[in-house]
Amino acid sequence: MTTSIASPFEYHSPETVEEASRLLSRYGGGARLLAGGHSLLPLMKLRLASPEALIDLGRIGGLSYIREDDGGLAIGAMTTYAEIVRSELAAAAAPALAEAAGEVADTPVRNAGTIGGSLAHADPAGDLPAVVLALDAELVARSARASRSIPADRFFRDFMTTALRGNEVLTEIRVPGQGASSGSAYAKLANKASHYAVVGVAAAVRVEDGVCTSARIGITGAGPHAVRSRRAERILVGKAPGESSIRAAAQRGGVELAGQFNEDVHASAEYREDMARVFTGRALAAAFERAMG
Amino acid sequence: MTTGTTIGTSVIRREDARLITGNATYVDDIKLLGMAHMAIVRSPHAHANILNVDVTRAANAPGVAAVFTGADIQEQLGSLPAGWVLPDMKMPNHPPIAFERVRYVGDAVAVVVAETPQAAADAVGLVDVDYEDLPAVVNAEEATQEGAPQLHDDAPGNVDFEWEVGGGDYEAASADAEVVVRQRLINQRLIPNPIEERGVVADYNRGTNQITLWTSTQIPHLVRLLFSAVTGHPEHQVRVVAPEVGGGFGCKLYIYAEEVICGVVAKILARPIKWISGRQEGYLATTHGRDHIADVEMCGNRDGTITGIKTTVYANLGAYLSTFAPGIPTVLFGFTLGGPYRMPNVSCKVYGVFTNTTPVDAYRGAGRPECTYVIERLVDMFSQEVGRDPVAVRRKNFIPRFSNGHEVSTGVTYDSGNYGPALDRALEILDYRGFREEQRAARREGRLLGVGLSSYVEICGIAPSAVAASLGAGAGLWESSTVRVHPTGKVAVYTGTSPHGQGHQTSFTQIASSELGVPLEDVEVFHGDTDKQQMGTGTFGSRSVAVGGTALYMSLQKVVEKAKRIAAHQMDVPHRQVTFENGVFYVEDIQERQMSWGDVVGEAYAAKNLPPQMEPGLEAVTFFDPENFTWPFGTHIAVVEVDPDTGETKVLRYIAVDDVGNVINPMIVDGMVHGGVAQGIGQALQEQAVYSENGQLLSGSMMDYAVPTAEDIPSYETDRTVTPTRVNPLGVKGAGETGTIACSPAVVNAAVDALSHLGVKHLDMPLTSEKMWRSVRDAKAALRAVRRERAIAGRASN
Repeated sequence: MTTSIASPFEYHSPETVEEASRLLSRYGGGARLLAGGHSLLPLMKLRLASPEALIDLGRIGGLSYIREDDGGLAIGAMTTYAEIVRSELAAAAAPALAEAAGEVADTPVRNAGTIGGSLAHADPAGDLPAVVLALDAELVARSARASRSIPADRFFRDFMTTALRGNEVLTEIRVPGQGASSGSAYAKLANKASHYAVVGVAAAVRVEDGVCTSARIGITGAGPHAVRSRRAERILVGKAPGESSIRAAAQRGGVELAGQFNEDVHASAEYREDMARVFTGRALAAAFERAMG
Repeated sequence: MTTGTTIGTSVIRREDARLITGNATYVDDIKLLGMAHMAIVRSPHAHANILNVDVTRAANAPGVAAVFTGADIQEQLGSLPAGWVLPDMKMPNHPPIAFERVRYVGDAVAVVVAETPQAAADAVGLVDVDYEDLPAVVNAEEATQEGAPQLHDDAPGNVDFEWEVGGGDYEAASADAEVVVRQRLINQRLIPNPIEERGVVADYNRGTNQITLWTSTQIPHLVRLLFSAVTGHPEHQVRVVAPEVGGGFGCKLYIYAEEVICGVVAKILARPIKWISGRQEGYLATTHGRDHIADVEMCGNRDGTITGIKTTVYANLGAYLSTFAPGIPTVLFGFTLGGPYRMPNVSCKVYGVFTNTTPVDAYRGAGRPECTYVIERLVDMFSQEVGRDPVAVRRKNFIPRFSNGHEVSTGVTYDSGNYGPALDRALEILDYRGFREEQRAARREGRLLGVGLSSYVEICGIAPSAVAASLGAGAGLWESSTVRVHPTGKVAVYTGTSPHGQGHQTSFTQIASSELGVPLEDVEVFHGDTDKQQMGTGTFGSRSVAVGGTALYMSLQKVVEKAKRIAAHQMDVPHRQVTFENGVFYVEDIQERQMSWGDVVGEAYAAKNLPPQMEPGLEAVTFFDPENFTWPFGTHIAVVEVDPDTGETKVLRYIAVDDVGNVINPMIVDGMVHGGVAQGIGQALQEQAVYSENGQLLSGSMMDYAVPTAEDIPSYETDRTVTPTRVNPLGVKGAGETGTIACSPAVVNAAVDALSHLGVKHLDMPLTSEKMWRSVRDAKAALRAVRRERAIAGRASN
């Protein structure tokens, strides 16, 4: 309860994804992947998590990159937040991603923590889940034998639970091209202690001929896992963006979470519900400004 | 070679090189041959009877050397005492390891000693304790009510003491007053967060019967005394070393269970024992601060004259008495309830109450932030009630300038004060009128800007032993120094103060170098080792320079006096004719008659031609006990902006004008003000220890307890006025706590000011974004309701 020393565990550092996947199978749920460790290791030190084994992905080559891919981005799962923040490619193609990565915790965490680690950990208050939802990303999972692509929409299942299977390693995040005159943004109310999101909202919009043709909103921190806010999105599509449509959409920000808003020592459900609206408005305003600017 | 004085100059801190290059030695850096590691089994229950402790599994675990329960070694461990005893105070037993009942989450129930920290941590989970859960109480006021769970048989109603102080006749004053404002104020519980958590290494020498404790403490000499008192081990066979200490803020100012346990276990097992606290463990087992529930009121007249103040406080002591706990909410709280104001009528009553929570004791400022918060919130509420500017009300009620003592109605005597100029300077830095215009313009745009003031007087230089003893202090509060001049002329300074971030190595060097005329690099300051400086009190209550620095100054005077006599003898002149300046002894008007510092020191040790009857050598010891405390003062101003949509409250500007008397090193004083203000902003806006009703600490880690970071604080604007004290020859008052004492009320006053046009009159700390969001929302709703009613009434009257 009061220790800061983890329980004993075995340590593996495979050199291929296949080997990592086989190790996962061998431990049958008793192993955890180490991909930065800034969420997992504190839990282990508090003995809130006591995995039998850690499988360190740090020695697998070729999992850390940001490259252009079919008009969009392909990002290796072991790419750190700091690398995303520094990437001109990411800033141009998906500003919400760079913005969210820059809001994660503090410098040491951003230097070690990875995008794949964050998404696979699926902390309900993590920043990046909201962003991949808004950017309509695909998450590539590989096992020893197979590879598949999971739409972000189907990735976050429940509190710290994802669609990844027991033997799968998240290897790549594919962000589709957002198209001309598109914009994205991330706005967050940070927990003063942990800097996790009390509420974080990512918005990605496209404006063609003065009309919003696409809008996607991802909300994190507010409920048991990150969600799309489709009712807010629907308000926007087909309308000319402006203060009144943003306000109307913001009013529906997070309605999908009604009855499921988190309540803890940091914020009540009632406050989170209103902050989902406020930050939906802020993220949308910034995203539209980028789309039209 | 440095000549002349460096007093008043920002000499670069001499301790920083080792601190920032990883070359400092903290407790955890101490590794002794054969050392075992101790981990503590702590209660997960806030209140429970211990039915059985089964250590079999733990004792048989790999690498475990021994397991002790409270029952095993209660005789050797004794009971932890309170070092401050108030009249009619109860002294419940405080076993270092609980053996019948646990009274808070974190209470120790057993210890495991193992070959490695890992093995010790693993074995903790193998100690099987059967508990019988008891109802718990965490709120100090509720704990005093009928039917509340009782913690100690000898403290009925959970009340440890009822303490009063006052002056004049408040009840008569309030009956005569035109205006009385009343408020319940919550001064929330805080968790101190020094960068270095506590830790202890204990070593026992069977040959000499000496116990050595390396411990992260502010008071090595008092730990020696109290360790001896608790365990019965002879005091002269105990050595306590505070090596590098990474911060304290008051939470390392006590005898702790782990110090006693480590020493006793080291003696039993005859091998060195190390215990290092983790952060979460520290949150449970290291003292907390503040936690007052106070009903307060202030009375006065419509012209802005304040005539009295009254407080009734429930001070949460936690589950047991920590060493200084009874002195904090009483003596350090009540005597200054008049603040810098003419306050003819004061009434203060404090209930010290036990609850099923971590013990509460001093936290930076210790009683004085609570006091200043009460006064300065009330002054603002009073100003609002009489419809006058809070600046004008403060100025109207200030005690006029005095330089040689001013007795206030609570019976204490402030040393010197000149409160107006500090206020004026702070207002000038701010441009108060300009700000009010900006605020009006901002309100028209829907922005919420506010300004808050806090004028304060604090008790520092915690010392005069006789006065402190009459108020309950269990030990003398003098300070000692030794100045030892080596035959080569180098100077070793030993102090009984025990710095843990305050920069004594630099400021004490400046004092010695300036008095002896030797270069800074020829002086070394030693502290924190009871075998080097035999006697001492420690570092707390902004006392180190005012008391310890003066003790040093007096030893330096003795050394200079003896050196002058040696020089006079050598130069064959009466010693009164010798002048000592910049390291040279000379005779006025006689050029050739002069000796250097090194020549005279050499003669002192060569001892071939000393004055008759003079002993060889050159060193001096002083115990200094001043006749009064010191009373720093000042005015701080905060400017805040509240986001009307989210409630986020940001401190835009922070102005601190302090008067701490003379200043040895301005950079160090600025640094202490900066750190204190950061902690004050932390309390005002975001820090809060939260317990569930059944006594679980919900803000149990840094993921939940919001220590402020650089992004939470503005760039400070600081200045000083200088009103020296006559209490000590250096004219210094102490500067370690002004930030936390002044800051929190300034920030809260600013936040209330930002919402005042919406009808908000008070907000309790911490001003979290949700609390502010709710206040803005509720205030706006109330205003709308009023407007609606007026409209309806208007229609009806038509």
